[in-house]
Amino acid sequence: MDKNMKILVVDDFSTMRRIIKNLLRDLEFTNTVEADDGKTALPILQAGGIDFLVTDWNMPGMTGIDLLKAVRSDPELVDLPVLMVTAEAKREQIIMAAQAGVNGYVIKPFTAATLKEKIDKVFERIDG
Amino acid sequence: MTNDIRLDLARNLVKALEQGDESKADGLLDEIAGLRESQLFQEVGRLTRQLHDTMSGFSVDSKITAMTERDIPDAKERLQYVITMTEQAANQTLNAVEGLLPVSQELNEQAELLSSKWERFLDREMPFAEFKDMSAEITQHFYQSKGSLKQVQQGLNEILMAQGFQDITGQIIKRVIELVHDLETSMVELIKISGSKRVASKEVNEPDLPGPVVPGVDDKDGGVAANQDDVDDLLSSMGF
Repeated sequence: MDKNMKILVVDDFSTMRRIIKNLLRDLEFTNTVEADDGKTALPILQAGGIDFLVTDWNMPGMTGIDLLKAVRSDPELVDLPVLMVTAEAKREQIIMAAQAGVNGYVIKPFTAATLKEKIDKVFERIDG
Repeated sequence: MTNDIRLDLARNLVKALEQGDESKADGLLDEIAGLRESQLFQEVGRLTRQLHDTMSGFSVDSKITAMTERDIPDAKERLQYVITMTEQAANQTLNAVEGLLPVSQELNEQAELLSSKWERFLDREMPFAEFKDMSAEITQHFYQSKGSLKQVQQGLNEILMAQGFQDITGQIIKRVIELVHDLETSMVELIKISGSKRVASKEVNEPDLPGPVVPGVDDKDGGVAANQDDVDDLLSSMGF
């Protein structure tokens, strides 16, 4: 796993973006960018250079699940690893995210250890 | 009392109309309308008081019925959960700070003591025996700093994670604000109905995204992942 990879963090709550960015920095991922919903995230992704997407689900404008679907239907982005970090915990939603091609799913509130474990798992599967 | 007044007014109105006295009839109509307006406020108050008791049998607005039966108790529990979450976050933060303050205080005291000794050494005012002691103290200080700073980092991380409450409680409060707004709209509709204008009641819709799971509210019917382990189990059952 490349610690210099560029990570896009998408959440409509700025406090949560700061928490995730700080946790990532603690895990030595310092190359992060932010967006506050799918609508602002998509152009950043399409511009290229993002190696990993961490996104919330419930956001105004464009939700995380729609962003995930957009990513998976874009030939340039189809293989981008996506980790969903969300408060949505209904079974049908987790299944929906899995079917839409999410690589990992973390429910809020989460711990630093959980985030690390899921990121490791996502890249274990990709690198291995 | 008001019935008698209105009856009198009505009789006079009929009389005036029969006599073809337009201006008198208009005046009487205004008086009746004025009487009705002042009654409206009392009526709204009375309606609101009776609302709670009569709601179950009240078929005028199914939306308000649903709100009083389900959404308002539901909102109370959600707000209670907000209190719990903010309290937890505050305690988590305070615990971390209380744990860290003595650590940083101790490091600070040590650093001050050692720096004054160090200055004496630089000024060549320190006998060799004392220098040997100081070296040992500095070694000890470095050793202890490592452990303490690790503790500080851990505490700072705890404080960082505690701030996650803002996202969750924000989502919950947003939802309750929507409920209050809906209730307000429905009350306005009810007032319109009491003015004999019927407004079609709307269906109560489940939100598209249920949002944060509030224990005791959202997990009653199952179908909800209570924690990360449930999510992991579900995903691994799907071959993840």
